[in-house]
Amino acid sequence: MNDSTFYLIMSILVMALVTYLIRMLPLAVFRKKIRSQFALNFLYYVPYAVLSAMTIPAVFTSCGDSTAAIISSAAGFLTAIILSFAEKGLLTVALSACGAAFAADLITGWMNIV
Amino acid sequence: MSEQTEQLSYKKGLRDGLPIALGYLSVSFTFGITAVGMGIPPLAAILISMTNLTSAGQVQGINIIAAGGGYIEMALAQLVINMRYALMGISLSQKLDNKYNLIHRIISSFGITDEIFAVASGQKADIPPRYMYGLITLPYIFWATGTAAGALLGAILPESIQAALGIAIYGMFIAIVIPPAKKSRGILWVALFSALLSSVIAFISQYITITSGISVIICAVIAAAFGAAFFPQKTGEVTADE
Repeated sequence: MNDSTFYLIMSILVMALVTYLIRMLPLAVFRKKIRSQFALNFLYYVPYAVLSAMTIPAVFTSCGDSTAAIISSAAGFLTAIILSFAEKGLLTVALSACGAAFAADLITGWMNIV
Repeated sequence: MSEQTEQLSYKKGLRDGLPIALGYLSVSFTFGITAVGMGIPPLAAILISMTNLTSAGQVQGINIIAAGGGYIEMALAQLVINMRYALMGISLSQKLDNKYNLIHRIISSFGITDEIFAVASGQKADIPPRYMYGLITLPYIFWATGTAAGALLGAILPESIQAALGIAIYGMFIAIVIPPAKKSRGILWVALFSALLSSVIAFISQYITITSGISVIICAVIAAAFGAAFFPQKTGEVTADE
């Protein structure tokens, strides 16, 4: 086994183990209720902070890092924001964002040719 | 109560899990494409999906692997990103019926995701293990299958379609954050503050090395603490539902 394969397997192992323990321990071991209001509030906000930090600014280069790809990404991002405000489901929002990014790519490509 | 619990069969779990599974198929397909695009072997991408079953954590995980990040960075990033599952586990533990012994808890906790948690905790009756296993079955199979399809077949798609699919997972994240942010000022400010921090760190990381795993940890801890300090919810409102 070479070094990079070892690194890959160890990384996946660490990922899987940590993720599983976070899910398993509260259900299996932890039976007490959390009392600290600050801890409860902190836990309540974590998912939103995580998803927001992962999305911005990474979403703007999600279709690539050329100027055209950034325009496509921005079109997809805007579409996702608008549809989420309209409270559309996860699948609708995700696929519409892809559609908008693809359409923007076609348009910028067409303009370059013309 | 026992009659109501009787209706929460394995089959009902399967039925309730189907819409979740269909959503996972498209997202895991793009995860497979993205992972292979980053130089992760298809088999490793499939293994990640089969052992993790989580979107945000996996995307961050392949970012860290692609950047050659350390094991401690990986462990901390997964801890922070997936911490919400601990909250969901605590919440769910109050709703399990008396057939839910330790073995069932140890096995079925593997399948807690945002969507599966939301459907399970939406049930009126207490949850028996068989319903939970039914609910997890199809999303798990589709998550693994979608990843395999994306990793193995993604390369035959035209490059423009591959590129456009790269935004799918972010679309899903946005669709999770915005509806509750419309109703809660706390969530709105936490999300905006976290996005600002993340952008500042992305700018700074052009000059000094800050990997994306570390960045997410910093943003999440600071923004969530900011929310807890300035926008505390009342006890009854602090729940893990999304």
